[in-house]
Amino acid sequence: MLEVREIQTFYGGSQILFGMNFAVHAGEMVSLLGRNGMGKTTTVRSIMGLTPARAGAVYLDGIDITRAPPFRIAQSGVSLAPEDRQVFPTLTVRENLVATAARNHHGAAHDAWTIDRVMELFPILRHRQNHLGSQLSGGEQQMVAIGRALMTNPRLLILDEATEGLAPLVRREIWRCLNCLKESGLSILIIDKSVEVLMRIADRHYIVEKGRVVWSGGSHELAAHPEVLREYLGV
Amino acid sequence: MDPLLIFIQGLNGLQLGVMLFLMAAGLTLVFGVMNLINLAHGSLYMMGAYLAATVQQRTGSFLLAVLLAIPLTTMLGMLVEVTALRRLYKRDHLDQVLATFALILFFNELVRIVWGPQAYFMAVPELFSGYFSILPGVSYPIFRLVIIGVGLAVALLLYLIVSRTRLGMLIRAGATNREMVGALGVNIQLLYTVVFGLGAALAGLAGIMAGPILSVEVGMGESIIILTFVVIVIGGIGSIRGALIASMLVGLADTFGRVLLPPALASMVIYVLMAGVLCWRPQGLFPAYG
Ligand SMILES: Nc1ncnc2c1ncn2[C@@H]1O[C@H](COP(=O)(O)OP(=O)(O)OP(=O)(O)O)[C@@H](O)[C@H]1O
Ligand SMILES: [Mg+2]
Repeated sequence: MLEVREIQTFYGGSQILFGMNFAVHAGEMVSLLGRNGMGKTTTVRSIMGLTPARAGAVYLDGIDITRAPPFRIAQSGVSLAPEDRQVFPTLTVRENLVATAARNHHGAAHDAWTIDRVMELFPILRHRQNHLGSQLSGGEQQMVAIGRALMTNPRLLILDEATEGLAPLVRREIWRCLNCLKESGLSILIIDKSVEVLMRIADRHYIVEKGRVVWSGGSHELAAHPEVLREYLGV
Repeated sequence: MDPLLIFIQGLNGLQLGVMLFLMAAGLTLVFGVMNLINLAHGSLYMMGAYLAATVQQRTGSFLLAVLLAIPLTTMLGMLVEVTALRRLYKRDHLDQVLATFALILFFNELVRIVWGPQAYFMAVPELFSGYFSILPGVSYPIFRLVIIGVGLAVALLLYLIVSRTRLGMLIRAGATNREMVGALGVNIQLLYTVVFGLGAALAGLAGIMAGPILSVEVGMGESIIILTFVVIVIGGIGSIRGALIASMLVGLADTFGRVLLPPALASMVIYVLMAGVLCWRPQGLFPAYG
């Protein structure tokens, strides 16, 4: 589904990615692990076309999207719940969900995401429908960010630090929902610091160090190599 | 002062306010959403007036003038956005002021070449000519009442568009986080062109309605654009509601200032008003974003 091949990305003159390489197959949940500042968010920005790679290529179902504008990449079925959530502060919860909603995924109409389905997934949001984005707690904002991404009916959902800075209970709630999404067959690329949870629910992992992948493998392999975790993640 | 005179001047103020609102709505959206200072917004007003005057002269129909001049001004606005203004969004405000000032000169010269230096006068449409007696013994030009009515209707329509429609949500979302709107699949460039076209349509409408009460001449855009900037600064940049309230305030203050004060002071009233509002609320009455 998604293939990132040898991409090099820069912010102005400083190079951040030095040949990132990985793939997400249909129906998989794949994680990018790595310490702070290793280039995970930059990788996501390059996939979305927000900071396009200068070398290498990003393919979506075999089509080169490396230099496509972000809105085209989104329309072809990739959706992002970004780091820092970036909920629209002057829109209500409901407006945040519907403003950019779309039927990008050409699947059957009955399994399309609607406001109601998002509210079923995150029941708290039902009571917050008319609150402004700026009035929400961090957890609620995260739910809106995920719901907003789902409302574009993506084939690939990208989650960047979806549980960062949230209370344990809220975290558990988010993980429960992400597990549901995975079970529904959605392809997911996830970045998160909670390695133990990821080892339980994600299929494969890539460890990123200084802008390139230094280790990759399935959850069992990762569990079998605690020294990898110690060396690259410090856990 | 005679209460009747106050009432009549109140209507005059309202009518000026409504014209200012039509101008300010587009200007404040463009400023608030795209962060663009467009001095040439007044040129679209002038072009609307000239186009309408021409159509009315050729066909004798005011209705036809409205029906042709609005879409033409809209298209002209979009053309200017696509060819020139689009390049200015990322520039700082000084560059924008310089470039859009150049556009004013360009349009003024264009009008001189096409229409000549003399002013045009549009006839008040047959249907709305004459006076309406509001109270026994007090009559008021029907056309001016129509302007007030159209302006208020447009204000309501705009309010509904911005607060209730997907377009309005995207306008508001784009004003705070353009990048995220794009990453969620919206073609921001197209959105901007549409917003600009909407602003141009309103400016054109204002120009058309100004035709029969003012003269249609080169430079008519500059005299209204200054007042319009005062309005959006008082109202809070980006806010349609602020633009509406501030337009009325400025329209009334300017009209009553001219009636009650000596000319030298009268021309200062709105600036004093602006200074007063900004001391009290530096972001304007209804700061729209952050
Ligand atoms: N806009 C920017 N301009 C310049 N440098 C940047 C910019 N954004 C990030 N960087 C730098 O790029 C490097 C990689 O950042 P990135 O956000 O991709 O890391 P990350 O792996 O997502 O880290 P974290 O776990 O903290 O989110 C960092 O050194 C960071 O300082
Ligand atoms: Mg990051």
